[in-house]
Amino acid sequence: MLTRLRQPWSDRRAELTLGALACAVLLVIVLMVVFVANEAWPTFKHNGLSWLGPGGNVDEQINNMVNSGANAPAEDYHVRAWPLVWGTILTTGMAVVFGLIFSVLAAIFIVEFAPDRLRSVIVPVVRLLAAVPSVIYGLIGILVLVPFVGNHIINQGDKESVQFIVQLTGASLLVSVVILTIMIVPIMIAIIVDALYAVPRGWKEGAVALGVNRWRAMWTVSVRAARPAIIAASVLACARALGEAIMLSMVSGSVGFAPNPFDGPRLFLLEPLRPLASTIVEDSEALQTPAVRSMVYAFALLLLFSSLFLSLAGFLAKQPMKKYGVRI
Amino acid sequence: MAVTQHPRTLDDLPHGGFGVGTGGGQGGRSSGAAGRKRRRHESMSTWRWGDRIAYVLCWAAGLSLCLIAVAIVGYMAVKGVQYLKPELLWSHPSGEVDQSKSGGFLDPILGTILLTIIGIAIATPIAVAAAIWVVEYGRPAPLARAVESGIEVVAGTPDIVLAIFGLALFQHGLFGWMSFTAEGGAVFGRSFLTAGAMMSLIALPMVFGATREGLQSIPRHVREASYGLGKTKIATIRRVLLPAVRPNISTGAALGMGRIAGDTAIVVILLGATLRLESEGSIPGLDVLKGTGSTLTSYVYNNSPAGEGAAPEKAYAAAFVLLLLVVALNFAVDLIARRGAKTGLEGTRLGAGR
Repeated sequence: MLTRLRQPWSDRRAELTLGALACAVLLVIVLMVVFVANEAWPTFKHNGLSWLGPGGNVDEQINNMVNSGANAPAEDYHVRAWPLVWGTILTTGMAVVFGLIFSVLAAIFIVEFAPDRLRSVIVPVVRLLAAVPSVIYGLIGILVLVPFVGNHIINQGDKESVQFIVQLTGASLLVSVVILTIMIVPIMIAIIVDALYAVPRGWKEGAVALGVNRWRAMWTVSVRAARPAIIAASVLACARALGEAIMLSMVSGSVGFAPNPFDGPRLFLLEPLRPLASTIVEDSEALQTPAVRSMVYAFALLLLFSSLFLSLAGFLAKQPMKKYGVRI
Repeated sequence: MAVTQHPRTLDDLPHGGFGVGTGGGQGGRSSGAAGRKRRRHESMSTWRWGDRIAYVLCWAAGLSLCLIAVAIVGYMAVKGVQYLKPELLWSHPSGEVDQSKSGGFLDPILGTILLTIIGIAIATPIAVAAAIWVVEYGRPAPLARAVESGIEVVAGTPDIVLAIFGLALFQHGLFGWMSFTAEGGAVFGRSFLTAGAMMSLIALPMVFGATREGLQSIPRHVREASYGLGKTKIATIRRVLLPAVRPNISTGAALGMGRIAGDTAIVVILLGATLRLESEGSIPGLDVLKGTGSTLTSYVYNNSPAGEGAAPEKAYAAAFVLLLLVVALNFAVDLIARRGAKTGLEGTRLGAGR
């Protein structure tokens, strides 16, 4: 057996072996969809698609499920997870919007305005920020930012105005969005910087020759040419933000509450929430209860399909960049 | 070099000081090379106000990025040095409420190392094989493209979804050998092996991407020279291409290890997050792999106010160790990349050198 292995492989055999290993990845994706969908089925059976909608207190419903035991009656599968979905949409959407503005500016700075010495510092800094584990961001959030917001920004009046609905502790949409933005910005900057460098130099020089200044040349030519990459960067950052579970479960307050924009921008930002991914982590202890298990897998299925969709969108958005020879 | 001879005339032009050779071109990125010391003294007095504000905002964005990084690293370093006592590193943790008795985090450190090794050991061969197949063979073409985008999909899948999928998969009876099996035949599904298998999916895209880039940067004529000497394709891959992309593979692996060491969700769900390494079964070696444990990330999570431990000092100390580990891996990436460039193993140099 060993001697057979040690002999040189025939090309045919090598191609088949390597190809089989490569296709194992596709198999994993198929398995992922099948297994998660299979486990999630009871929730869909009992709720249809309306579990995505609003209705009742989602934390109470989850508690019911946890207490329902091994043979849960059909009504215990009842769940209306809108606050969690809304929490995911809010955190992801706001972080991506702020992150987009910030990272485009920072990328322009790195490519165009930064002095050489600063540039050689800032590139490792971006990589470092991308490498910091999410749990460290969460730790700083929960031990520094949350107490700060709780003690200095939230006042007694704020607390009293919503005291019958939800408690304001400082763990809030504001802190979640701030930290999530810091987490996704490095990814976006990396992609946008690559794309800005890849814009043919002649284009920008043409603009400069026509007499515009450096910022205008950058903004009207380079950034515009790099638009596909900017879209791709937002899409990828979106996927990252969507799945962020640990950090958000630490700083978001973990209350199944939908922050209400009609409370005024200030209260809206200070209200706690809990996105889908964090719910999965926190309810993972109760997975032996069939109702909870099915609900958790339904959330995972939703996240899985969203990220599949986002990957596809990112792939499509990147296509125009290929003609400059940029691989992202 | 024409650039350096003309700066004065260029700068004297009203708007044109920017034109030649700025923007870094392709090579200007990290090189503070002496050749490009040319300063641009473009006056901003002709700029519109909107443009000036945008310029200031760009500076603000860049500088605040540095500030945030310094703040995070500095804060963690201060807190880490303050709370990290040497005995924390080699004492076993225990579930005491009294924090002076609850021990250190030796087991989480071992868990992190073990899990990282398992994850990267599974990921690297598959990722390298996939990259070689996609770049060198790639037939049928649609399948190769499907594999490429499939790996992108895996990269985009949230770790929490991978974790929960792993739980569903490994609780199947088929995988009973990988973890603890209860009396009634129910498979627990949580162990170093199962967590490592899912962790490999996190590292796989990074190794794959780095290897693919390396292979694509090797010029065609290197392969053709090898074929010309009568080597088969697979022999070329093993004797010529793989040695050439070794720095790329190492870079990807180091990046992947950083990702694995920093991941929490999979540990919390698939490793059981028990404080100590709990062995399972009687075969030495395999018993640890089949058992549960914790890593630095789950230790930090459980000791933060979000978990049950609520021992911020220990969380800070463990987080500091974790941060050091990740920064060290990041540093290793730089080192490998630089060494690879120096020894001429980068694709084009290889072609020119032989």
